[in-house]
Amino acid sequence: MSIDLPLIWAGLIAFAVLAYVVLDGFDLGIGILFPFLDSKADRDLAMNSVAPVWDGNETWLVLGGGGLMAVFPLAYATLLPALYAPIIAMLLGLIFRGVSFEFRGKTERGRWLWDVGFAGGSMVAALAQGITLGALVQGIEVDNRAYAGGWWDWLTPFTLLTGLSVLVGYALLGATWLFMKTENGLARQARAAAWLTGGALLVLMGAVTLSSAFLFPHYVERWFSWPALLFTLFMPVLLLACIAVFVRGLVRGHDSHPFLATIGLFVLGFLGIAISFYPWMVPPHVTIEQAAAPDSSLAFLLVGALILIPLILAYTGYAYWVFRGKVDPDEGYH
Amino acid sequence: MIDLFSAIELARFQFAFTVSAHIIFPAFSIGLASYLAVLEALWLWKKDDAYFQVFEYWKTIFAIVFGMGVVSGIVMSYQFGTNWSVFSDKTGPILGPLMGYEVLSAFFLEAGFLGVMLFGLNRVGPRLHFFATLMVAAGTLMSAFWILSVNSWMHTPVGYGVNEAGQFVPRDWWAIIFNPSFPYRLVHMVLAAYLTTAFVVGGVGAWHLLRDTRDRGARIMFSMAMWMALLVAPLQIVAGDLHGLNTLEHQPAKVAAMEGHYETREGAPLYLFGLPDDEAEKTRYGVKIPKLGSMILTHEWDGKIKGLKAFPEDERPPSALIFWTFRIMVAIGLAMVALGLWSAWSRWRGRLYDSPWLLRAAALMTPSGFAAVLAGWITTEVGRQPWTVYGLLRTSESASPLDAPAVGISLLVFIGVYFLVFGSGTFYILRLMLKPPQAGRTEIGWPTRTAGITPGPAVGRRESEGDRHEH
Repeated sequence: MSIDLPLIWAGLIAFAVLAYVVLDGFDLGIGILFPFLDSKADRDLAMNSVAPVWDGNETWLVLGGGGLMAVFPLAYATLLPALYAPIIAMLLGLIFRGVSFEFRGKTERGRWLWDVGFAGGSMVAALAQGITLGALVQGIEVDNRAYAGGWWDWLTPFTLLTGLSVLVGYALLGATWLFMKTENGLARQARAAAWLTGGALLVLMGAVTLSSAFLFPHYVERWFSWPALLFTLFMPVLLLACIAVFVRGLVRGHDSHPFLATIGLFVLGFLGIAISFYPWMVPPHVTIEQAAAPDSSLAFLLVGALILIPLILAYTGYAYWVFRGKVDPDEGYH
Repeated sequence: MIDLFSAIELARFQFAFTVSAHIIFPAFSIGLASYLAVLEALWLWKKDDAYFQVFEYWKTIFAIVFGMGVVSGIVMSYQFGTNWSVFSDKTGPILGPLMGYEVLSAFFLEAGFLGVMLFGLNRVGPRLHFFATLMVAAGTLMSAFWILSVNSWMHTPVGYGVNEAGQFVPRDWWAIIFNPSFPYRLVHMVLAAYLTTAFVVGGVGAWHLLRDTRDRGARIMFSMAMWMALLVAPLQIVAGDLHGLNTLEHQPAKVAAMEGHYETREGAPLYLFGLPDDEAEKTRYGVKIPKLGSMILTHEWDGKIKGLKAFPEDERPPSALIFWTFRIMVAIGLAMVALGLWSAWSRWRGRLYDSPWLLRAAALMTPSGFAAVLAGWITTEVGRQPWTVYGLLRTSESASPLDAPAVGISLLVFIGVYFLVFGSGTFYILRLMLKPPQAGRTEIGWPTRTAGITPGPAVGRRESEGDRHEH
């Protein structure tokens, strides 16, 4: 077959993961910032700003997981046992975070529990996702179609650094989302949080890039080989452009610019990782080609994906459009 | 405690626990989503606010149930990989795309329109809102379609080949999706979800009618639920019987274990009671009706039924458990039929809303659907043992290369978290159910002014003026 189905699917899975990271990233970011907001009214409003959309955002994670099993079963079957503890921690975090949306408004006495659950669950999930990313970057031992490493391989200074980076990155997404969706006091808090987390994220991204360059020199080779070199050269320019839009937006109060610039930062980081990985699916032993299911599986699901993903994007966009504009404090859900 | 069990036993228990906790929510939300769509249609059609109030009442509960279904479902989608990685690698090329279609066609649809359904009425107007409700209901049914296709293929695998890596690979997608047990399982499960919801709605309605027989909302709930019991419960018995015959054809060992039959016999009895003993290979203390077993399974008095002894010892499911779960499910099904008939008789006499014993019985049966669903799933899934893919892949050869402590600890954490989280959720739902349907707005509801509801023009006009803040 002339069409490279595994490569198309690697692209689609990468798109699903990126969509998840950006979309659920700002929901989780709200959870991370939650305990630092001034008043209960602020916390209610912050939560309401994502209540209608969080569920759809989280569905991209199911597509990432389910899709991986469908089209790269070997990657699914080796990654998840290798990352057993962080994955379970992430799932438990997401449970607490998800139910808190509903439970929090159903009780006076127990609200503190779901406040803690919402914030704690979001933080644990973000940290676990960052650690997962780091563990993947540093490589997974695979032998005879099974995970062959130890139970604590995922826990290193490097993965803790990536965990912290994702946590801070999500907080930044959440802060800029709030800056876009709210007014007055809450928007001011969001702006302060955006300055703080934005600065921290740049430092952390730098640290991750440098340490992966030192720890895993094979990635550096890839960055400076053609055609990845093109991206490596433009990267600093694009990065500076994002930072400029971000700073200007915060200073001048362009509501949506900081949020969009932050998404830009995430896309750049994600592309950087994607370029480093190619052609691996699970570095450094399993390639996209090796991990892929047979073409008949890939083709069967691709037909549905090509029809349904545009539809999904359309009605997801519609749902966002319905809830466009600033969140109204009087239109309370709870 | 962890040392007492092997990693595989712990992994099995973990899956059984998390999937049992999960199935409760979809079993309810599939039925409730359809019920909400019907209620909203009635409201728009008859322009009767009472239907809208019942809609709002159950919408609040639906939001909680759905949320719990989502978070417990995400656990399932990752647990195949964490605990059953060999199974995932081998069946991924076949089951993965089916689950992929579930995500693409069902999960996104539900989640995308859920926000509009829960929060969007004043923003989009009643008609688009009704469309959103319909999409949520359609999503829940699509989800049932795909996941039951996946599950059914594990019971009756067809349309596959095996490649050099030992993976099952697709040969015929049509055959895989519509595998032999799928149509029966799908009908049986969707009817079960509808009945489960009907008995919850009916039970809640009955409970409030016992306090105030004039409560209009409670009357609507109870009347609609009892129609469902009358019409769907008998249908479910027929569907269950057909599903059983299909199982007899494809998984005779499961049926033998369900019936406590160890010997192969013509004119086999039906055990009403008994204690199957897998070690001794006989059913003790059997209370039986001669020849009825053959009649039910083969529709002939002298039909031949294979006993468990006809199968190699390492290919038999445990009879002691599923003999009983099967009987619990059937007993509940028959009780549902009986309540449906009782309600029809009361309705015919014009006493549907003030027959205290009928109302008490209905209130008592509120959770019966959940018990039947769980008992049924235990019967069919434990009855699939010792295989994950029936006859092809053993459970013992499906698990991840994990150590017992890792699985044991995660199991304990899951149990603790699930009891805390889903226990709290159940408590909040019960508290909402204790509020009478007519006692003002439910707490999530829209302020009375908009909920006073003139469908169509009024809401539409407000939106077109762009005055979102008015409500």
